Amino acid sequence: MSITREKPVVSKILQKEMLELLSNGVRIDKRKLDEYRKISYQTGIIEKADGSALLSLGETMVLVGVKVELGQPFGDTPDQGVLVVNAELLPLASQTFEPGPPDERAIALARYVDRSIRESNMVDLKSLVIVPGKVCYVVYVDVYVLDYGGNLIDASVLAAAKALENTKIRKYEVDENGKLTETENVENLKLNDFPISVTFGIINNKYFVDPNLEEEQTCDTFLTFTYTQTGNICAVMKNEQGLISPAQVIEMMELGWKKAKEISSLMLGGQKGNDQENIGNAGS
Amino acid sequence: MSTKRQLINEQGIRTDGRGVDDLRPIKITLGYLTHANGSVLYEQGKNKILAAVFGPSEVHPKHTELPDRAILRVRYRMAPFSTEERKSPAPTRREIELSMVIRNALESVVLTELFPRTVIDIFVEVLQADAGTRVAGVTAAALALADAGIPMRGITAGCAVGKADGKIVCDLNDIEDKEGEADMPVAYIPTLNKISLLQMDGLMTQEEFKQALSKAINSAMKVYQLQVNALKTKYIKREEVKK
Repeated sequence: MSITREKPVVSKILQKEMLELLSNGVRIDKRKLDEYRKISYQTGIIEKADGSALLSLGETMVLVGVKVELGQPFGDTPDQGVLVVNAELLPLASQTFEPGPPDERAIALARYVDRSIRESNMVDLKSLVIVPGKVCYVVYVDVYVLDYGGNLIDASVLAAAKALENTKIRKYEVDENGKLTETENVENLKLNDFPISVTFGIINNKYFVDPNLEEEQTCDTFLTFTYTQTGNICAVMKNEQGLISPAQVIEMMELGWKKAKEISSLMLGGQKGNDQENIGNAGS
Repeated sequence: MSTKRQLINEQGIRTDGRGVDDLRPIKITLGYLTHANGSVLYEQGKNKILAAVFGPSEVHPKHTELPDRAILRVRYRMAPFSTEERKSPAPTRREIELSMVIRNALESVVLTELFPRTVIDIFVEVLQADAGTRVAGVTAAALALADAGIPMRGITAGCAVGKADGKIVCDLNDIEDKEGEADMPVAYIPTLNKISLLQMDGLMTQEEFKQALSKAINSAMKVYQLQVNALKTKYIKREEVKK
């Protein structure tokens, strides 16, 4: 059962201020309507994981760990490896997150990250098969939300993509009897794309990118697009209650692609040097 | 997977004989159940979806009620026998997400502020699934709410569009959903010209997305006409009985 949640209390004064500023094209944290907060990331910080990334987007912080294990391909896709995405909204990230198994918000977040990665064909699932129909790699992507400052979707998609880019898999040799032997060789996960998600908050028919926590609590609704590197759309999700006009959906799709290109150059820019020093910034 | 079958032939005809813009046959049976306040059996192709509404009624447990509005409780569930392979009766992550997505779509059209401290229960049971069940579920839920006499800002009509063999097609069937390139469920309120549910997965160019959105709205308009006809027919019948 999905039950109406109580909306967080936002002070009337703040809300009024926010709406007044918005009608002049400014936001409460002085950003422009199409301006993202600072994005920075570090990869490889969890040594025991096969891949990891810690990403912050303004006050939001998400840690993604990737573990790769051996398993069996699904019956209907014997020629593909398996990708599993899970998300946890940790209680230490916000007072509104409760301990316990993932609730509908965490499940929707995990499923959106899954769709963004899967539908962009980021991970080459065919390259993950060791013995068709019998043995394959299973890639577990666990999204850990550490600090909730709004816009979890973008932070989670970007962190997951960055962690997958950082993931190494151990190679196996298969003899003629189908027996597996672990080798010393380690390879990068074979990737085809790098999905970029762009989320819009919408209040009173005005939209802006990357809502922060206060904006998120006041927004009527949200719309997220995920783009591939070539500008195709691989996932879309409207979140929360509230209505959007069809014309605005198209406007947001077009503006979103502009922003995706900016974020993309930042996410893919700093690939040189030590992974741990790999910190990027987004000002725009 | 490897043997890719043709989904649209050279004449633009789909596997079930429809053109790219055609919807599957839709049948609406309002008031299908006796005990629910509002109910409908909604059939679209092989989809058979039963929606029922109870309330507004007193909230249990009490602490979930809201002082200024009614809360909505939505359950979307697929029957174990509704799919090709038996689905475990335990709730899946998909069902939990879709329950939320359907609730979000209905929250902004139901006039919940008229019924503070109450709950409106909406049940969407998929008896047979044949692609596009979430939007069929929203369409059915809107009908059941109207049948229960719950005031709304407008009637929500849903339809999925998608991409098969490189073409944008309306109201995907099961094969197109599984083997096609993209699936995009949309719920639309024609009287408000607003979208209340929008999802997409698959790959589309931005141009295709624009085309898909406008086709989704056209399809939803067709569904809306059928919804209005069904409601009017039932209402007129009642009026005649009263005389």
